[in-house]
Amino acid sequence: MTAGILALQGDFCEHEAILQRLGVPTQQVRLPKHLDLVDRLIIPGGESTTIGKLLVRFDLLEPIRQRAGRDLAIWGTCAGAILMARTIIGGIDGQPRLGLMDMAVRRNAYGRQVDSFEAALPVAVFGQPPVHGVFIRAPIIESVGADVTVLAEVPGQQGVVAAQQGRHLATTFHPELTGDDRFHRYFLEL
Amino acid sequence: MLKGGVIMDVVTPEQARIAEEAGAVAVMALERVPADIRAQGGVARMSDPELIQAIVESVTIPVMAKARIGHFVEAQILEALGVDYIDESEVLTPADEEHHINKHDFKVPFVCGCRNLGEALRRVAEGAAMLRTKGEAGTGNVVEAVRHARTVYSEIRRLQNLDANELYTAAKNLQAPYELVQQVAEMGRLPVVNFAAGGIATPADAALMMQLGVDGVFVGSGIFKSGDPERRARAIVEATTHYNDPELLAQISKGLGEPMVGIEISTLPQEQLLAGRGW
Repeated sequence: MTAGILALQGDFCEHEAILQRLGVPTQQVRLPKHLDLVDRLIIPGGESTTIGKLLVRFDLLEPIRQRAGRDLAIWGTCAGAILMARTIIGGIDGQPRLGLMDMAVRRNAYGRQVDSFEAALPVAVFGQPPVHGVFIRAPIIESVGADVTVLAEVPGQQGVVAAQQGRHLATTFHPELTGDDRFHRYFLEL
Repeated sequence: MLKGGVIMDVVTPEQARIAEEAGAVAVMALERVPADIRAQGGVARMSDPELIQAIVESVTIPVMAKARIGHFVEAQILEALGVDYIDESEVLTPADEEHHINKHDFKVPFVCGCRNLGEALRRVAEGAAMLRTKGEAGTGNVVEAVRHARTVYSEIRRLQNLDANELYTAAKNLQAPYELVQQVAEMGRLPVVNFAAGGIATPADAALMMQLGVDGVFVGSGIFKSGDPERRARAIVEATTHYNDPELLAQISKGLGEPMVGIEISTLPQEQLLAGRGW
């Protein structure tokens, strides 16, 4: 099994380092030819408008969507979660997206850079201890469809921060920036 | 998350939208790009808050703005305006010839320029969350950015070869805190991201800096002082992603129109060099 990391922009190196630590062969994905080499794909945190535009310019958007419908498990973190959403609130006109999960995601949901925060997130499928969530200019999952399972919410706050639909996963925070690899191991099992 | 991205200088909301459309990960809101600051001379200060606000409202990506070195009140004002990052920048005229801003006093993250590892770690010690090479802004000449990036990374490689006893003297020679020097020696990289800045004018310049090891690229005057800003902006974004793919870089570099006119740095009088500002 080779795990791909979309390497157009963002913190793909951090994801790759965790996967390598877990002993998983990795492949950075920048062009359609790289997509043929991977069995699963992580879309890292970054700027969703930038990654979306590069997905279109280098002809990756449709191939990823097709593979997703067939055999590709995909996990989007932060900007990646925005790209996974069917509906983007607060995006730019015609913002490209993969639209693979039935959910509505609001960009910059907590405000600007100074409103970034960290929080302990109880995640039922992992049990104790809670996951340490790092939210940087983070989006929020405002609503989910019937086929989407909620995995985590910030205690005392509205909205969802981790969700799953079949073999697709979205987290609005950055598990790759902490030492906790439970989300990575969870994704590798999907 | 700015890594692997391009941050573009803009002087109007219209330019900010062009930058966002081209795929910039952030914009730097300014009244004048460095090339114009250089041409017009005089004291260069923080931009008009009205302009910064208009740019903040025109895009969905992060907005940075510059404060003068040591001018902590300009920084307070920029924080109050809600900018996402403050660049404590040698491109503006320094307000303090000894002290940089104590960046720990702020919630907003700071980016600072550096020419070598010691300068980089002094800025981190003061609370900088991000670094960039100083380069020589507003020249369209990448040579100084290359010098600064090479210096920082070769100094890091040298540290990695020292034993624990030698790191104390290394810290003394770098004029940087021992704890940070030790951390760099252990990790083999800076504790924060380091972008290239100062003189980047072409997709090849951006890819050169990425291959030298920076985490991303600032483009100042290079885009909106060129013949076709939209195409050049897009091409520099693409080159920053595909920096290791010469065939693709050849495609990306085609037909971009006139680049900005460059300045040979050795022809500049000493007092017009910006990179020497900061301590």
